[in-house]
Amino acid sequence: MSVYTEKRQSLWLDTWRRLRKNKAAVVGLIILVILVIVAIFADVIAPFDYTTQNLNAVLQKPNSTHWFGTDNFGRDIFSRVVYGSRISLRIGFIAVGIALIVGGSMGAIAGYFGGWFDTIVMRLVDIMLAVPTILLAISIVSVLGPGITNLMIAVGVSNVPTYARVVRASVLSIKETQYIEAARAMGSRDMTIIFKHVIPNTLAPVIVQSTIGVAGAILSAAGLGFIGLGIQPPNPEWGSMLNAGRHFIRDHPHLTTYPGLAIMVTILSLNLLGDGLRDVLDPKLQD
Amino acid sequence: MIKYILRRILLVIPVMLGVSFLVFTMIHFTPGDPVITILGETASQESIDQLREELGLNDPFLVQYFNYVRNIVVDQDMGRSYVTNRPVANEIITKFPNTLRLALLGVLVSVSIGVPLGILSAVKQYTWIDNVAMFFALIGVSMPIFWQGILLILLFSVVLGVLPSSGFNTVQQMILPALTLGTGSAAIVARMTRSSMLEVYRQDYIRTARSKGLREFMVVTRHALRNTLIPVVTIIGLQFGFLLGGAIVTETIFSIPGVGRLMVDAIRQRDMLVVQGGVLFIAFTFSIVNLGVDVLYGFIDPKIRAQYK
Repeated sequence: MSVYTEKRQSLWLDTWRRLRKNKAAVVGLIILVILVIVAIFADVIAPFDYTTQNLNAVLQKPNSTHWFGTDNFGRDIFSRVVYGSRISLRIGFIAVGIALIVGGSMGAIAGYFGGWFDTIVMRLVDIMLAVPTILLAISIVSVLGPGITNLMIAVGVSNVPTYARVVRASVLSIKETQYIEAARAMGSRDMTIIFKHVIPNTLAPVIVQSTIGVAGAILSAAGLGFIGLGIQPPNPEWGSMLNAGRHFIRDHPHLTTYPGLAIMVTILSLNLLGDGLRDVLDPKLQD
Repeated sequence: MIKYILRRILLVIPVMLGVSFLVFTMIHFTPGDPVITILGETASQESIDQLREELGLNDPFLVQYFNYVRNIVVDQDMGRSYVTNRPVANEIITKFPNTLRLALLGVLVSVSIGVPLGILSAVKQYTWIDNVAMFFALIGVSMPIFWQGILLILLFSVVLGVLPSSGFNTVQQMILPALTLGTGSAAIVARMTRSSMLEVYRQDYIRTARSKGLREFMVVTRHALRNTLIPVVTIIGLQFGFLLGGAIVTETIFSIPGVGRLMVDAIRQRDMLVVQGGVLFIAFTFSIVNLGVDVLYGFIDPKIRAQYK
């Protein structure tokens, strides 16, 4: 047991050691950590409440009181962007969590057992992939209605086929290996083999996919917010802030600059980290 | 080759039936009564019952689904909009050319920027050209298209005043939407082309081509490019789906009357038959494009052609 633990630790340590050498990935990781800290301590960092309106200070340009200026209701844009990080990161991570749990289990079981279950799962995946992801998310939101939980479900479910595919492909290559054969020979039950031996060994591609997937989920949620089908005002979701701000683009571009930058920096950090992780964890996928 | 194409065409049918069942089921169980959407809250029970019967809403679920599919296949009829009472199929067909044009222009932008950038990056690997190109590609991948659209409007319509910020009839009106939609995808295509090209560059036949004294330009265009194309074509095919989805957002930014905007408006008005028709239509288009991509493989990759001889 101790040898096993030591080996696993060294795998993660080794990953970390190699990741550290990739400057871009480290930059991505640092930005992401900062964003997470901002999201957690939003109420401490934000100087104003995100709903507080000040009709004496509408559409102000950035200044010493309002660093990012104010919107058409006199709300502090900096505070709204800071609180927005909470919403976007939460949606991103939870949506990917949903996609991973549902899609990953489907893919793992389908890949491991094969047969009719595999056929059904893969046909379902084909069907879901025939609808562009954002459109699938839009359809699900139109059925469930707006709201943060529904948005997470919509974005999560629309990403299920991707994870089902990634995990299945990975499981297919793992299940023929000798250590799985050994576990089977020792009399382990199928579910034990799947959860104890197969899934931990599929983690590399899954982690890479998930990191980039969180970026995709945040973008989808912001896109839905932008077309008015996502998080509803006055919640400070970056996409819906952009949508509200675009009507003032001529004279007050700062309304759209900061939420846009916030989305871009978040996505950039996740992409940098994802690319770095891919290079470290999955040498086959390297350039 | 014909056997391969036929096989691929036949595969589209079950997928489309699956999509239609999935979408029909989802919309069917959406809260809210379509009859109330059509007649309004104040309608009498008698007229509600009558319309329900007329629309076949009292039939069992599977019968309703079967009728829906039969009407589409036999009469190209997707029902009538709950709000405008116009045939859904007509609404979609009249708006679809704009969406298709937008997506195709997006592909054009994506390929004409992405492929050369990717090749250049790979050929000049680890030089400043490669670094700059890949930096922009990374920014392009990370930038949400709706923000990019707003920035393009700000620069070209508001500050410079050279291009219009809405509409989709003239060439000038098409430039900003096409750029908005295509550049993010160009970044993805550039990254894919680069890594695919680098992969090919390591092959022995490239070394052979070089050692027999071919100029680098010929090595790239004659030997490397063709072999780079397969993953690139795949990604362009997949990008088309992304672009069809992105078109929904782009249509909103630039007020383009396309299928995407039609659907977004329909969702707001709970006009679910239009939503259902729109999703099906876009999924169908996407499947046809993927079919086209697969057929294209046959032409690019002799290995696939050989399998089906």
